[in-house]
Amino acid sequence: MKKLIVAFLLAVTPMLGLAAGGGVPLDDADIDLSDQASLQRGAKYFMNYCLSCHSAKYQRYNRMAKDLGLTEQEVIDNLMFTTDKIGDTMNIAMTAEKGTEWFGNPPPDLSVIARARGVDWLYTYLRGFYLDEKRPFGVNNRVFPDVGMPNVLWQLQGDQKAIYKTEVHNGTETEVLERLEPAGEGTMSPEEFDQVARDITAFLSYIGEPIQMERKRLGVWVLLFIAVFFVMSYLLKKEYWKDVH
Amino acid sequence: MSMMKNFMTWIDDRYPATKVWNEHLAQYYAPKNFNFWYFMGSLALLVLVIQILTGVWLAMNYKPDAELAFGSVEYIMRDVDWGWLIRYMHSTGASAFFVVIYLHMFRGLMYGSYRKPRELLWIIGVIIYLAMMATAFFGYLLPWGQMSYWGAQVIVNLFSAVPVIGPDLGVWVRGDYVISDATLNRFFALHFLLPFVLAALVFIHIVALHKVGSNNPDGVEIKKGPKGNRWSDKAPADGIPFHPYYTVKDIAGVAGFLFLFAAVVFFAPEMGGYFIEHPNFEPANPLKTPEHIAPVWYFTPFYAILRAVPSIAGSAFPGVVAMFASILIMFFLPWLDRSPVKSIRYKGGLYKAMLWIFVVNFILLGYLGTQPTTDLYKLLAQIGTIYYFAFFLLMPIYSKMDNTKPVPERVTE
Repeated sequence: MKKLIVAFLLAVTPMLGLAAGGGVPLDDADIDLSDQASLQRGAKYFMNYCLSCHSAKYQRYNRMAKDLGLTEQEVIDNLMFTTDKIGDTMNIAMTAEKGTEWFGNPPPDLSVIARARGVDWLYTYLRGFYLDEKRPFGVNNRVFPDVGMPNVLWQLQGDQKAIYKTEVHNGTETEVLERLEPAGEGTMSPEEFDQVARDITAFLSYIGEPIQMERKRLGVWVLLFIAVFFVMSYLLKKEYWKDVH
Repeated sequence: MSMMKNFMTWIDDRYPATKVWNEHLAQYYAPKNFNFWYFMGSLALLVLVIQILTGVWLAMNYKPDAELAFGSVEYIMRDVDWGWLIRYMHSTGASAFFVVIYLHMFRGLMYGSYRKPRELLWIIGVIIYLAMMATAFFGYLLPWGQMSYWGAQVIVNLFSAVPVIGPDLGVWVRGDYVISDATLNRFFALHFLLPFVLAALVFIHIVALHKVGSNNPDGVEIKKGPKGNRWSDKAPADGIPFHPYYTVKDIAGVAGFLFLFAAVVFFAPEMGGYFIEHPNFEPANPLKTPEHIAPVWYFTPFYAILRAVPSIAGSAFPGVVAMFASILIMFFLPWLDRSPVKSIRYKGGLYKAMLWIFVVNFILLGYLGTQPTTDLYKLLAQIGTIYYFAFFLLMPIYSKMDNTKPVPERVTE
């Protein structure tokens, strides 16, 4: 068994060198998918702030209702603003052509964005907008330079401005974004806003893979079963091999 | 009981059921000293079965269409009953297959299982490995994510690097000037076909194995040793019937493997982005090249070799040749090893050092293949490539020079 583990580790060693990449250090999203209140708030912000431009075209409303502990009527009354039916997926009216016209690129579908980008990236991104007059919507983002999206949460967060520092690389001086500072009051405190970003991130993680909590819950039982099966099969082998030894 | 006996007689008169059972299981004598490494053969067979079964069920819901493919995978993950489990078993199975096969091949390297009279057994094995790589390559396009698309683009472009016929060859493989719907459709057809070819090759591999008999960690030919054991007077003294002894042992091995397999499927199906790559959750976009294209981990040692070889006159063809040569060189292994002994247990320090450096080097090349090239990494990959080929090409020399130890007459416990 020890050899088995060593062999397995040997085979997966190259995988350990993985790094997320990208220059900006990401903040820890610290989401909790077992916190249904957080997911429900995330759903509310998502429906209000994201779903008009971004679709989540693989996620069904009724699946969300079931997984988030809501009744279908609650979802219909509070979270659905379009003519969609409860069994539909989260589509939007905006076409890719209009999206390109308005934002430069069509806003991507967000169904599996958490799996493509990672939750820490999303959390940092949502809190990473800062004022930049050179951009069409007046804002830029520290983890997604020259992003086409405006800061839709600015009323909650308030504006932020970038503080630069000068770094010397190989003799040439470059201006590097050091941190973001508040440049205007939002309706929320920074702590409250961080929780909003965390709730949205948690919701995006949930729609990225709706089964993930259930998967881990089942996995414990599957592993327990296999462990018992292993012990039984090992004892069976020992019994048979008495002939050989 | 006599009814059962009558039934078997009726069958055996028409089909050699009992004969095959005895010749390949109940009276097939395998060396009694198999260790951990001898689990890999049966595990590879298990993973092949997992892949074929989950694959057929995935195909029931998958759509090989550039417009629908990405969405159909998400449909399987969300709306198909247990679709997520079938899909994760398949994606994890692909990597598990290579883990098991690499360990299986390494076992062969360690114990000299490719040496006479097992040359053909080894060669069939290398053909199986090639078929596996082709199957994995075709399958990786099917989710139609960014890495699927651009990975296939990079690999098919290798064919385009062939002088003279290259560009036409590329178009012929893709069925288009770029990876497109036509490519996806044919890759799906081939991905569905090849596993059955693989199954046939595995059958031939086992037929060859049962002709020559299994090697063992001592590299001793049990068929040449004394005869007679508690099951038969004529069977090799160091042999035991495959069934029930190795069937029960392999069941325990299967349980151990499934524990690790299920741990990945249920708790880390992406395996940190190595089994399912993060950029593959973005739909394929022919207009947007990802910053960094890396094949899945099991191809990266060969990808590192490809990138390590410098282009000549702007053509990447030398790298392509080196990459294919690094795989095809395995065919010649049985004739490169000139050592008087088979097993690593009786080989000397020189051979042992060469083999262990080879393992470290292979893992290093695999790591480098996942990383963007820098000057340092390129140099390391070049050194790694040289060592990779030196291990094989210098083997006739160092395997002869090596100070071997005397091989025992019988297998050791």
